[in-house]
Amino acid sequence: MILVLMIGVLLVGGLSCWLVAQRYPLMGRWIALIAVIIAFLLPVGWYIQHAPGITAVGKNWLIDYQVNWIPAFGISFHLAMDGLSFILILLTFLLGALSVLCSWNEIREKTGFYFFNLLWTLAGIAGVFVAMDLFLFYFFWEVMLVPMYFLIAIWGDFNRRYAAYKFFIFTQTGGLLMLLAILALYFIHGQQSGGQYTFDYFALLNTTFSNDVTARWIMLGFLIAFVIKLPMVPLHNWLPDAHSEAPTAGSLILAGLLLKTGAYGIIRFVLPLFPEASASIAWWAMLLGVVGIVYGALLAFAQTDLKRLIAYTSVSHMGFVLLGVFAFREIALQGVVMQLLTHGVSTGALFVLAGMLKERLHTRDINHMGGLWTAMPHMGALAMVFVMASLGLPFLGNFIAEFLILLGAFDVSPVLAIIASAGLVLSALYSLRIMQKVFQGQLQPISEQPRDLSVREWIIMACLTAAIIFLGLYPQPVFDVVKGALITSYQLPVAGGFN
Amino acid sequence: MDNLQLLALLPFMVLATAAVVVILLIAFKLSHTVIQVTGFFMMCGVVLAMWYVRDTLPREIPPLLVVDGLAALFTGLIIFSVLVVGLLSYIYFEEREENPKEYYILLFLATLGAAVLTISRHFISFFIGLELLSVSLYALIAYLRNRNNAIEAGVKYLVLAALTSAFLLFGMALIYMETGSMEFTAIGNAIAKQGTSVLFLMGIGLIVVAIGFKLALVPFHLWAADVYQGAPAPVTAFIATVSKIGVFAVFVRFAQAIHLHENALAISILTVIAIACMIAGNVLALMQQNIKRLLAYSSVAHFGYLLVAFLSGDAGVGAGVFYLLAYSITLLSAFGIITLLSTRRKDADELNGYRGLFWRNPLMAAVFTVALLSLAGIPLTAGFPAKFFILTVGVQQHMWLLAVVLVLSSVIGLYYYLRIISTLFAAPPLSPVKEKSLHPFFYAATYASLVVLMFLLAWIGIFPGFIVDNVQEFLVIR
Repeated sequence: MILVLMIGVLLVGGLSCWLVAQRYPLMGRWIALIAVIIAFLLPVGWYIQHAPGITAVGKNWLIDYQVNWIPAFGISFHLAMDGLSFILILLTFLLGALSVLCSWNEIREKTGFYFFNLLWTLAGIAGVFVAMDLFLFYFFWEVMLVPMYFLIAIWGDFNRRYAAYKFFIFTQTGGLLMLLAILALYFIHGQQSGGQYTFDYFALLNTTFSNDVTARWIMLGFLIAFVIKLPMVPLHNWLPDAHSEAPTAGSLILAGLLLKTGAYGIIRFVLPLFPEASASIAWWAMLLGVVGIVYGALLAFAQTDLKRLIAYTSVSHMGFVLLGVFAFREIALQGVVMQLLTHGVSTGALFVLAGMLKERLHTRDINHMGGLWTAMPHMGALAMVFVMASLGLPFLGNFIAEFLILLGAFDVSPVLAIIASAGLVLSALYSLRIMQKVFQGQLQPISEQPRDLSVREWIIMACLTAAIIFLGLYPQPVFDVVKGALITSYQLPVAGGFN
Repeated sequence: MDNLQLLALLPFMVLATAAVVVILLIAFKLSHTVIQVTGFFMMCGVVLAMWYVRDTLPREIPPLLVVDGLAALFTGLIIFSVLVVGLLSYIYFEEREENPKEYYILLFLATLGAAVLTISRHFISFFIGLELLSVSLYALIAYLRNRNNAIEAGVKYLVLAALTSAFLLFGMALIYMETGSMEFTAIGNAIAKQGTSVLFLMGIGLIVVAIGFKLALVPFHLWAADVYQGAPAPVTAFIATVSKIGVFAVFVRFAQAIHLHENALAISILTVIAIACMIAGNVLALMQQNIKRLLAYSSVAHFGYLLVAFLSGDAGVGAGVFYLLAYSITLLSAFGIITLLSTRRKDADELNGYRGLFWRNPLMAAVFTVALLSLAGIPLTAGFPAKFFILTVGVQQHMWLLAVVLVLSSVIGLYYYLRIISTLFAAPPLSPVKEKSLHPFFYAATYASLVVLMFLLAWIGIFPGFIVDNVQEFLVIR
């Protein structure tokens, strides 16, 4: 029930933002902030109260809520949360609250509708992380898409319409292929279980495939949807446009959360539902992951548009996720979950910084920046933290994540792991370039001195900094929470025939 | 004909009476409002009559008609659509100088034609229904005869519809020659006994041509864009919903009776047509600057999707009915917006006229956006479960090619729906559009009904279970 409340608060909050802002334009953001904070506190409070008891019994699924929705088709409204979902939900609402804060003054027109879209996107994302009925999952998958489209298309930058189309059409293509795959799975399972047609995740887990080709095709249907979102390299094309044209909060949500839904989908659906089929393509997936790491880093180095640059670093970082997931090692999967969290925090923070710079300088071109440290020492110092996180400095979260992934991958394919490690060097290149071009070097002639961080911006950055340092110094809680979810659901790949 | 049979026909008699009542009203009291209100209540009467006779169904009225669950469903859909079309017609024609009285006679006659199609089980009633529908439509399409495109559209429809009537008759004659019967079930039995001959297949082919024309399936879709554009907006809505529902209903019944799905040749031809519809419709709609033309091509694509359900055989009928329901509500709300925005001279069909509608009139833009999202099949709107059910039956029957084409072509479709949506949300032009202030009551009513339609779309989108169950319940009445 708590999960329904959590999503319901966002949906209702979004609607009331829209309605209230018709009359009082400034109220919208307060409602949005309060709604997100409530949605954040609900699962946290519940977790503190109940979870230790539940995990002690050895149960993975902390909450399980199911009611009939369309019984004629075996569709139910089934929400459940395990450690993995919980962690990602936390990330969702942390970044959600920050995205409300960082659009506090940036959005000046139609604020009500803006926050409506923002909250509905968050609701969709939260839904994706807890939906355990495949129909429902697809439903939320699309629900997060449409408001995001509006966020980009209405409040984005100059080239927003193009970026919004591209984003929507890419993801929708993947989504529809996934829908086909879901249907195929539904019928195969239905026939096997003697007419028990259902979209329920736990029931579908028992599906066995008579031949490998079917399994491969169905798996690909899912996988394509997820790797488009992730994004994997040949399909990453929508990402730089969408990220750079979106408003700051949009970029934050895109990079911090939407990309995670792709990784989550692979971990939750592709691996457990199709263990053999995914093992059979594992090498290719890892290869493409490594290509993504290197290619993304090289492209990032070549960008002059700050947001585009950060967008390409996402491509590079998400390559690690793909590498880690398909290494089929527990340690690598742990690293992947860490990478999801730390990438969300660090790249989110970089996008927020880019947004702040744009608010002050009205440009995203790093050639028009430079020497800003003197004017804004605080922002410079914070940027330094996240740039270091992004290049994988020890003590900061990303280091742990990438280290674990490489460790797991090395066990499977030393060559790929070595190339991926070389990608880390490249990440140092582009990361340092951000610092040099923006904060150091010759001060560009600017008409007025940009002011340093305001209190609101301090709050945002402080949260993110605390998170990234905490994850870097003491990642154990995260491992403990997700351990059960990772091991029991994926016992097969670890032992499986991939050696 | 006994009492029960007569009773089963009650809704259709009420419908026929509506046309007569309108004629009488024109003779006695020549007021648009009175006609409109009377027509509205007559249509409600049809719905009530349908509800009243529901328990006596199914009822055969040999040899021509059969009133069963399928007919009740399709007639219900038709009447529902006509109710909305009638409401839209009021504000549309009240604004214009032409005398709109005969319009309602034609509208109700055409509706009667479509309704007869849903209950026909014989070539005669099939043909009568179709002609009743088409002949009324000739006049309806060209009703605003002072406009540039109206006559062109009317003549185009007239010529092509007359031609297809000839095709239809020829096809019927061939089938009659081969089987010796004009009754659907008797034809089916004869075929089962003696097998299909070449002439019989030709007959089927000619009938498919006629039906394909009425449903605007590729390659018989060439009239669609021009007629949609030239006809007055409410009439376009009528063509897009009522006339196609009627024809689709008779097609379903005919195909079921003669076991069309067991005929491999017919199935492969229809498969090709379905694929062509989905691809051509979506591709042709991509670059349209005129919303009515765009919706014409998109409806070509949508009937391609519907054919996927049709090709799935009996399992697909429920999905097809659901799809038509979602599609009608969606299109009616879209055309409602077009009607509301239309001016005395010209229909609001230029895409540019919609720029920034969201900032001028958020409510209208919201209705339109929901309608477009529903056409695109996005969750939270009725279009999503509709498309989902079609995909489900398609995958169930292992029609992978059709399912994949459906998915990929609807991605193309997404582009032009998004194009309209982003136009709605773009920065508005500087010149404010003059607000119309005539007939506040009917404006309010139209607004209210559009909002109701929007919520209906959302409701069906979120809780399709209720509709699914009811449709299934009706479909077993046969």
